[in-house]
Amino acid sequence: MNTADAGDRAYRVTVAAMAMVVPLLLLLVSVEVVRAGWPALHRFGIAFFTRSAWDAVNGDFGAAPAVYGTIVSSILALVLATPLAVGSALFLSEFAPRWLQQPVAFLVDLLAAIPSVVYGLWGILVLIPWLRETVMPFLADTLKLGNTPLFSGPAYGNSMLAAGIILAIMILPYIAAVTREVLLAVPRSQREAALALGATRWEMIRDAVLPHARSGIIGGIILGLGRALGETMAVTMVIGNTHEISASLFSPGYTMASQIANEFSEATNDMHISALMAVGAGLFAITLVVNLLARWLVSRVAGERTA
Amino acid sequence: MKALYVGFLGAAMLASCGGDSKPAGSDSGSAAQHASGGVDLNGAGATFPNPLYSRWITDYAAKSGVKINYQAIGSGGGIRQLQEGTVDFGASDAPMTDDDIAKAKGGAVMHVPMVLGAVAVTYNVPGITAPLRLTGDVVADIFAGHIVKWNDGRIVATNPGVSLPDKAILVVHRSDGSGTTFIFSDYLSAVSAAWAKAPGKGKELQWPVGLGGKGNDGVAGQVKGTPGAIGYVELAYAKQNALPVAALKNANGDFVTPSVESATAAAAGVAAKLPANTDYRVSIANAPGAGAYPISSMTWILLYRTPTDAVKSKKLTDFLRWALTDGQKSAAALDYAPLPAAIASAVLARLDSITPSPAK
Repeated sequence: MNTADAGDRAYRVTVAAMAMVVPLLLLLVSVEVVRAGWPALHRFGIAFFTRSAWDAVNGDFGAAPAVYGTIVSSILALVLATPLAVGSALFLSEFAPRWLQQPVAFLVDLLAAIPSVVYGLWGILVLIPWLRETVMPFLADTLKLGNTPLFSGPAYGNSMLAAGIILAIMILPYIAAVTREVLLAVPRSQREAALALGATRWEMIRDAVLPHARSGIIGGIILGLGRALGETMAVTMVIGNTHEISASLFSPGYTMASQIANEFSEATNDMHISALMAVGAGLFAITLVVNLLARWLVSRVAGERTA
Repeated sequence: MKALYVGFLGAAMLASCGGDSKPAGSDSGSAAQHASGGVDLNGAGATFPNPLYSRWITDYAAKSGVKINYQAIGSGGGIRQLQEGTVDFGASDAPMTDDDIAKAKGGAVMHVPMVLGAVAVTYNVPGITAPLRLTGDVVADIFAGHIVKWNDGRIVATNPGVSLPDKAILVVHRSDGSGTTFIFSDYLSAVSAAWAKAPGKGKELQWPVGLGGKGNDGVAGQVKGTPGAIGYVELAYAKQNALPVAALKNANGDFVTPSVESATAAAAGVAAKLPANTDYRVSIANAPGAGAYPISSMTWILLYRTPTDAVKSKKLTDFLRWALTDGQKSAAALDYAPLPAAIASAVLARLDSITPSPAK
């Protein structure tokens, strides 16, 4: 056996071990979370995720408001962030002059570098007063939307709407950065071909660029969604932390991540701790499903194009 | 994360012990730690008394050379760590239940009251200058959502001459599990039978109405920013931020504002009625006595009655003795209420009953 052989083998074993560590960690984390949450899941059954009670004093737990708040705030964030992010990426890749491209892209990326607690502080000090005094009265009174279920109720500021807006700003750089890279990767020849056929600039983007970039853009959106689902600190600071399901975006709510962050450090009762771990397991499952869904969407879209 | 951190700390200590080449008898562990400049005692728990405990630990280290490490991870965390035996003492704003004590791996747990805290009711009612005067059942009904307007007849009744606005009340409570919530709900349960039934008392409640803010600052920020809001925060936080606070009607029928003196008066009112063999897991909510502020509470240090390490145990009880005597003098400056003399001396005597029993 010569030394090069041994070196190769050692190298292969080392790299294989490193590759195994990551899935193993994932497996261990999920096993541990489900195991710790098992007493609550066993006691309340699958209804744990559809019940609204959360009474730590009497040991009665249900996670429905948190599940609802997690999903609604994340979807709201996507609805607000996606057009902005895709729009900014389109502008930067298709229209912006070279001297503008770099600085604006840098600034958008910089949004991702702001710590989430700073977003939360900005939410408390700037966003919430602005929502309470300007935006909410405008929506409810000036636009007369106050009687529709979506915008009813008193305007406290702390609300699902505030959480959605904060999350939208936080996930925007992720979607924008991925979309921009994907758009820049579209071959020049595609664009030139479309223009040569007499397409206007808009038609060129719509028919040649976007279809080519579609799977990548969806991937970026899902990346943003994943981040929105798990975001904790900034959301906790603005959402109002109330165990309640309300159709109104003006109402306070709760998310699964903020519930765990709020209660875990002071929970002593076994069932309470277990219920929080079960919420964690639920959040884990939701993110898993979202990621699988994203993979499926991306592969489907990619497959369509090559077919 | 926490468990990992504690594990790491433990490993680091073991390493420092191993480095000492000359074992010195049965308690070489703690001796080695001391010699290598390590920590003598580890504690964890409540965040509420942390500023005072930090001050005590610094002052005591300067005086005696004993190094104490206190991690303010929350009362719940402190109780869990004590139960597991990963710390030498715990600290909590809410007494351990019998179930909690039964789960402790080191046997019987002693509760040592250290200082008193109070919870202030703060509000934002436009156009009011003098402190609002509220009775216990009115506070309970506001937080239960039964009283919804500031000009409700029952609020007007105790505030003659004050023009209360026709404005909706917004209740703000803590969203994070908290000893402050425990003390506040303990009071509401004491003054309102309906509240005692539901939501009851605890560090985390199923609130009938209102918004949740994270931490004292979260509650205070929401109250300050919303005309018509009412919330509750620790006395120290309310004082240091000059928040408006309500005067509450106590068991004697007087309206009392929260202060260091009125919290001590509440404990003194209860002290007289304690049985001789009390374990000090007692509530001083709605205490009798002149000038007693009704939302007051003790905060406890928790330790095992029969610790296995005699050297550590001596260090810990010496520290507690110092904190209960000299240490009390620095409490008021940090807005904590010192224990009334009667309780402090009784607790000192009780520390003598700790009997170290070496591990088999």
